[in-house]
Amino acid sequence: MSIKLNALISDSYVDVSQYRDQHFKGNRYEQEKVLRQANTLYVGNLSFYTTEEQVYELFSKSGDVKRIIIGLDKVKKTACGFCFVEYYTRTDAENAMRFVNGTRLDDRIIRTDWDAGFKEGRQYGRGKSGGQVRDEYRQDYDPARGGYGKVVSRP
Amino acid sequence: MSRRRHSDGDDDGGQSHKRRRTSEPIEIEDRLESLICRVGEKSTSSLESNLEGLAGVLEADLPNYKNKILRILCAVARLLPEKLTVYTTLVGLLNARNYNFGGEFVEAMIRQLKETLKANLYTEALYLVRFLCDLVNCHVIAAPSMVAMFENFVSVTQEEDVPQVRSDWFVYVVLSSLPWVGKELYEKKDVEMDRLLNQIDGYIKRRLKTHVPMLQVWTAEKPHPQEEYLDCLWAQIQKLKKDRWQERHILRPYIAFDSVLCEALQHNLPPFTPPAHMPDCQYPMPRVIFRMFDYTDAPEGPVMPGSHSVERFVIEDNLHNIIKSHWKERKTCAAQLLSYPGKNKIPLNYHIVEVIFGELFQLPCPPHIDVMYTTLLIELCKLQPGSLPQVLAQATEMMYMRLDTMNTTCIDRLLNWFSHHLSNFQFRWSWDDWTDCLALDADKPKPKFVKEVLEKCMRLSYHQRIVDIVPPTFSALIPADPIFFYKYQDEANSALPGFAVAITVGNAIKNRASNEEILTVLKDVPNPNQEDDDDEGEGFNPLKIEVFLQTLLHLAAKSFSHSFSALAKFHEILKALTDCDEGKLHILRVVYEVWRNHPQMISVLVDKLIRTQIVDCAAVANWLFSPNMAHEFTRFYVWEILHSTIRKMNKHVQKIQKELEEAKDKLERQQHKKQKDSGDEEDMEKNSEDEDGQLEEQIERLQEKVESAQSEQKNLFLVIFQRFIMMLTEHLVRCETGSVDFSTPWYKNCIERLQQIFLMHHVTIQQYMGTLENLLFTAELDHHILAVYQQFCALQL
Repeated sequence: MSIKLNALISDSYVDVSQYRDQHFKGNRYEQEKVLRQANTLYVGNLSFYTTEEQVYELFSKSGDVKRIIIGLDKVKKTACGFCFVEYYTRTDAENAMRFVNGTRLDDRIIRTDWDAGFKEGRQYGRGKSGGQVRDEYRQDYDPARGGYGKVVSRP
Repeated sequence: MSRRRHSDGDDDGGQSHKRRRTSEPIEIEDRLESLICRVGEKSTSSLESNLEGLAGVLEADLPNYKNKILRILCAVARLLPEKLTVYTTLVGLLNARNYNFGGEFVEAMIRQLKETLKANLYTEALYLVRFLCDLVNCHVIAAPSMVAMFENFVSVTQEEDVPQVRSDWFVYVVLSSLPWVGKELYEKKDVEMDRLLNQIDGYIKRRLKTHVPMLQVWTAEKPHPQEEYLDCLWAQIQKLKKDRWQERHILRPYIAFDSVLCEALQHNLPPFTPPAHMPDCQYPMPRVIFRMFDYTDAPEGPVMPGSHSVERFVIEDNLHNIIKSHWKERKTCAAQLLSYPGKNKIPLNYHIVEVIFGELFQLPCPPHIDVMYTTLLIELCKLQPGSLPQVLAQATEMMYMRLDTMNTTCIDRLLNWFSHHLSNFQFRWSWDDWTDCLALDADKPKPKFVKEVLEKCMRLSYHQRIVDIVPPTFSALIPADPIFFYKYQDEANSALPGFAVAITVGNAIKNRASNEEILTVLKDVPNPNQEDDDDEGEGFNPLKIEVFLQTLLHLAAKSFSHSFSALAKFHEILKALTDCDEGKLHILRVVYEVWRNHPQMISVLVDKLIRTQIVDCAAVANWLFSPNMAHEFTRFYVWEILHSTIRKMNKHVQKIQKELEEAKDKLERQQHKKQKDSGDEEDMEKNSEDEDGQLEEQIERLQEKVESAQSEQKNLFLVIFQRFIMMLTEHLVRCETGSVDFSTPWYKNCIERLQQIFLMHHVTIQQYMGTLENLLFTAELDHHILAVYQQFCALQL
């Protein structure tokens, strides 16, 4: 039959972003391939107080959630503002990228991105102080993310 | 520094290499497609001069790229109906410059029409026909041949023993094209057209409308009747005819080119016989036209076209098509909706809001996933912050006022949308405007709605937040604090049977005892169901389940993850305790007892229990319909759980069916390969025989699995329907003997929930129609209940 139109197959919210996990075992091509088939999303810019229940409720709107892993400060073992959401199907994850990404959870605009899949250890922040890297160098004051960034609050 | 500075090189994939090798022709084809798709967009020149320019470019490219151009134009005809007249004008200009090309295009369109009909793509076929109709306006197709095609379509209404939805579609195609081409066809062939419309009139009058009540969003006729889609369109066309086919809304670029176009030679459509009806044809389901606004609702600015004006039809059709084209790209979708051509002459925001809610509330299902509409409305609010939020608030207020007659399924979707929407706007709402609901009984739709909304809002935030956002007068509607109820909490309960064991088990779990050790501890729990001198001790022991599960869930109450870990860790014990149906039912009862203030937790736990096969789907259905849960029966979360359970069952069946298909395909490929390689040595033959044998065994096992799963699925639906019938019959009989009106809020909720089961799972239920009719929905049933079944059957006839 006739062709598909490029204008209509545009699905930019589902595209893989520029971020690549430095700890991924494999080259960039392999990582991209995994991301294009992944059912897991990284969710960022959460408040430290956002609960697993809230994440479940929101992300269930695009399909059945298989599991949620709340990101933890490596030292304190408390929530440090990110999580992973794993779906049973790719389609459900895609709909989350299209319709949940960039909307609010707990009054904050959250950001979702494809993830190669949870592995033990990935639930910890990779910043020097134990939280996320972004909170190491942040200059602004964010009461939901521990106040000032570590670089500001360090004497 | 970084080893990963460039993305090409040896760790790049194959994609970009491919693109580089064959770039040139593809680039030109992409460019052509882009030029055609984007004509008129983002240009300082007029649409007409853009079309003129594009026609020139394409004419020049015809010698080299004719086929590609033909295919692109056919695709836009099929897939971009909201820009119909732009492309018919383009084709008209091309035909004027190149008669042969015009002829080839028409032929290609007819081929496509046949293919789409064969492939059950009825919506796309509809747009193809409409495109052909508008080509009459562009002097590409001769009017009499179009009328002849219409006559063939309408003759389908004379066919016997075909589903009504088949003749519906052919009539709909004719009627829905008339806003574009009615005038022209009437000018050329008024006698024939009159005859056609008379035939259609007769058909519309005699067709059955059993399906309508099941599809209406509101049961009330006021303020806006929920009309059946064909009835509404017929009224609109009759009014258009009365207005002598004067239609002023549709953008018609070809008018500017009239002098050029009327010089062109026209083509005749070849005679087109509608393909015969086949059993596997899937015609579109009937619809009800959703209306919530009229001219009184948009106070300032342009007037909203009336419900029977053809303008209303065209606007709604175009807006639906824009959403269909761009639903995956919410920013583009919002921008396209808001830049609708002719927007200054209509209250566009009202139309957009009405169309969006129309889709969200569409029965049986919205065309797209529910959450898309929430996010789309948020994007629209971002683009029109000064006007759209007000229209949305007005719409919400209206829908609140009309809750009493709103279909329960639609209320579900409304409260899901509203709570999610509020969570994006700090839960700001004028709750004081809704204090009227506080004076009503809690089971009435308005207070019920507010209560469920607040509960959903709490799931996206937390309890104190909800307390803070509503006025103190609303305290009765605030959801309960989602705390855990532990039976064996403190010494005050020490008299309870099993209390001591509960403490022991709790300590055992905390000290990481093994499953065997815990089972040993549990042996001490007396069985209230057994005689003292009964030796067995292995039967269903509700107290054992209670003691263990209450304690386990109490220890794991901190979060979902904790509870899931607990269920996983003690899976063996739970399986052992719930080996029988009563055990499964009791586990669900205990989950409810402890978490009755936290419906979300109940939902996720039930989901896990099903997925880990501790309970089965039928057990969940029986539990939800049991007398213990009667007081929760009208709560939203109960239906969330039931529908989720049915969906899991459906997905499970589909999964195994897919595995079976794949195994069968694999065997076929293997045997195919064997045939080709035949004549090999004996060794090879023996190996492949073994392989075949293994596969055949696997297929047999999978076949059994599929049959078993389908049987379970059928049983699930039977259980659900049986329970509904029992409950509803009991209610109706009780009301009749007591001479009381049966139409209570509970009854409305219950009967609409029965409808909802049919509607939400209609694809699966179709397979079991025979059993349902013979076993359950027989003529002896109360006609109120039977009506639901009959309405459902009418959806596909």
